[in-house]
Amino acid sequence: MAALTPVSRTPISFYLPVVALAGAIAGLLVGTAQGSPLLGILGGAILMAGLAFLTTQIVKAETPSRWGMVVLLGGAGFLIGGLAAALIGAAFGAFFGWFTFWLFEGRYRAYVPPYLTPGQVLWHHSFRVICGAILVFLITPILVVMPLSFNAQDFFTFTPEMLRFDPAGYSLKHYEDFFTNLDWQGALANSVKIAPAATLLSVAFGTLAAIGLSQAHVPFRRAIMAILISPMIVPLIISAAGMYFFYSRIGLQGTYLGVVLAHAALGIPFVIITVTATLVGFDNSLTRAAANMGAGPVTTFFRVQMPLILPGVISGGLFAFITSFDEVVVVLFVGSAGQKTLPWQMFTGLREQISPTILAVATILVILSIALLTVVEMLRRRSERLRGMSPG
Amino acid sequence: MRDTTDQTGPMMAADGTPLKTSLNRALRRQKLRALALIAPLLIFILVTFIAPIADMLFRSVENQIVSDTLPRTTTLLADWEGDSGEIPSPEVFKALYTDIFVAQERKLHTRLGSRLNYELTGVSSLFRKSGRRVEDMGEVYQDQFEDLNDFWKDSETWNALMGSDDWLAEQAAWDDKSDARQPAFEPREEIINLLPQTAETFEIFADFVQNEDEDNLAKEDPWALVYSALYDDLIQEPDISGYGGPGSAELLEAMAAVRTFETVDYTAAFQDIDKDWHDIEVWQTIQTYSPDFTSGYFLNAVDMKKSPDGPEMRPENEQIYIKLFIRTLFMSLVITGSCILLGYPVAWLLANLPARTANLLMILVLLPFWTSLLVRTSAWKVMLQQQGVVNDTLVWLGIVADGGRLALINNQTGTIIAMTHILLPFMILPLYSVMKTIPPSYLRAAKSLGATNWTAFWRVYFPQSVPGIGAGSILVFILAIGYYITPELVGGTTGTFISNRIAYHISSSLNWGLAAALGAILLALVLALYWAYDKIVGIDNVKLGG
Repeated sequence: MAALTPVSRTPISFYLPVVALAGAIAGLLVGTAQGSPLLGILGGAILMAGLAFLTTQIVKAETPSRWGMVVLLGGAGFLIGGLAAALIGAAFGAFFGWFTFWLFEGRYRAYVPPYLTPGQVLWHHSFRVICGAILVFLITPILVVMPLSFNAQDFFTFTPEMLRFDPAGYSLKHYEDFFTNLDWQGALANSVKIAPAATLLSVAFGTLAAIGLSQAHVPFRRAIMAILISPMIVPLIISAAGMYFFYSRIGLQGTYLGVVLAHAALGIPFVIITVTATLVGFDNSLTRAAANMGAGPVTTFFRVQMPLILPGVISGGLFAFITSFDEVVVVLFVGSAGQKTLPWQMFTGLREQISPTILAVATILVILSIALLTVVEMLRRRSERLRGMSPG
Repeated sequence: MRDTTDQTGPMMAADGTPLKTSLNRALRRQKLRALALIAPLLIFILVTFIAPIADMLFRSVENQIVSDTLPRTTTLLADWEGDSGEIPSPEVFKALYTDIFVAQERKLHTRLGSRLNYELTGVSSLFRKSGRRVEDMGEVYQDQFEDLNDFWKDSETWNALMGSDDWLAEQAAWDDKSDARQPAFEPREEIINLLPQTAETFEIFADFVQNEDEDNLAKEDPWALVYSALYDDLIQEPDISGYGGPGSAELLEAMAAVRTFETVDYTAAFQDIDKDWHDIEVWQTIQTYSPDFTSGYFLNAVDMKKSPDGPEMRPENEQIYIKLFIRTLFMSLVITGSCILLGYPVAWLLANLPARTANLLMILVLLPFWTSLLVRTSAWKVMLQQQGVVNDTLVWLGIVADGGRLALINNQTGTIIAMTHILLPFMILPLYSVMKTIPPSYLRAAKSLGATNWTAFWRVYFPQSVPGIGAGSILVFILAIGYYITPELVGGTTGTFISNRIAYHISSSLNWGLAAALGAILLALVLALYWAYDKIVGIDNVKLGG
């Protein structure tokens, strides 16, 4: 993005107090942690203002100044509290170095329209900070789980060894437990058995129906659509209760078939939604052209239609797969101990004997979801490109 | 000048049929083909999903257990007037004796007891106690008959008296070690006419021994109940002079003797077991729940109960479900509100950033969306614990004292934080897709016409983003009120939802009817919202992952 506004250096009366304010806030944090908030505020403000004055008015070279601040504050941190504090100090240094010059050079105005008032510029930047905080809220739980899964202790929090980056504080023992414990391996095997079968059923039925639904004249289209989407809308506990009652009547409760059928039903809305979305841009003259050249309906489907909607079908299938792979409530009721899946094992683990192996499993599942997310995103872009909906 | 159609008649297709017919046929064929493609899935969903839901709705009103277990009592009880303040007639008590005797042999009386206990506390133990002691009532007659003549002691002589000759021959030929089926009991014709009650109870007994216990009928002594029935038959003094089959002499002897027998007063005997049997309320409960279908579970689900004067509220201290529904709705609203509050700025930022940056940030939104629900819930459990990451950080920063760690989990706070995080992507994605369509020039135009920042946002931008808020809110709200896993794991006792109660009734208290009724109410709520969603957004427009 090109700069919108020409920038110029700001007067010392502007940036020095702002940096001092930020320093005071940082000082407050460090001060309370050390037991004296007031001293922290004063020290932070004076230190940061002094550093800002030194770097902008006396040193005047940006890059060495910023590196200098990283080293200085990192070193100070190391003296106070070892390696972890050194890293925090270095981070503070990097931030303040950037912040001082960002203000000093007036860069904060470069990417906002020139007509904004100072208040509006302030709001513009605070708004981004707020959004950043919300995005951090979204991502933190996932980020916290990953390092904790390498904990050498059976604790769910960071031990002092971990904070000191002591190698003794880390181990792979929870992963080892996951790969050797029979309970977990059995659960994994069940999940791997059930999810693909359910996915296959949802994709086969769902794709056919989606093609049917996107024809020009479908009687009761709205009602049919409402029924087919309903497994996604009806609360899982209600589906689970109903399936439990009904499947026990017909002898499917506690069987693999029962769980697979239930999961297939839950996955179908996702297949329907993604495949119909892909079919929206489908050019029907292609099938007519194929028929014109002598292809039968089956050949047309597999040689013309299928390759074009394949990205949608695959991402629908991935959705169905993750639905089944991640599903607890229904399997809890429809399955019996013999069909215990990975999420079920995690659920009992979280409710009863809470063990950190769960965090190792969670990390593996996060990596799996990142892989699936990447595939789906790539497929979506490919499908849009194929249908000429977006230039990329 | 003449019209072309007048010259040639209706326009024809190539094969000579009128074009209109031909087109109609093509259209019909197209419709049929579309339906044929949809049909397999529709049938699949109807069987695997809609039928279970219908079954659940059926269970919420079904109530055959009372009339199945106490068939004679409920029939007689239909004429009883509960308001009169009098306990039912002796015939009802006699029918109750027969019903409970059969039920306790088939081990059904405790199930019925637990069923009625949902409506009136104490009935469960009443039935259990009665089941243990009805045997004694019959033994009064059994002992007297057996003292009178050894004939009455023996299973063989009983079978000879009650069974038909054909059946006796078959039963004698049957080898109980073999795999062949035991010949089914057939009663003797004359006995049915002479001793109707005895024949009836003996048939029940024979059926139970042969089909439920799968024992050899020839070796099983009759229940005490059969003796009571025999006494009741003989005291009527039937004309048995014409009967010449097996046991005719013993029957005559017994008929002469029964007049001197010690009798059982069933009304008093039941009072002796438990004085609750003379409590009008117990009988009113049985009478109220005699029909095959009941609204009782639904009344229960809204803290009401059936009474002889129609539905009434339960006492204050037994009201839990309305409170739970209100709590579920309130917490879902709070969660929806926090999702709007947190989702709106992020969606705005994503919609207004250049595409490349927006796509990068979108990953941060989509990653939690794709991550397993249990992973996210366990992450929150880890973070919010007393010794968890959040509390540790707060203590380290000196914001809270070590002794005053915040209780962030196993209460409403925990549920609200975790569920807001889990449902936030469902708010951001619809908001984003709506905001993407609002041209940024509108805001600039408003400002150039003199609007302040706030006015421009509130009067120009916000109204255009309302559809997105509506779509996102309904989606989040629907998902929130049905949530089970997260409240179960981080909600403790005060942060649970109605769905946790449903699960409790299915798996722990086994009150399936109540679970089904609660589920039906929740389902109605969700379907109403689903309908609203369809009106506002359209089901076809549901988008997944941007």
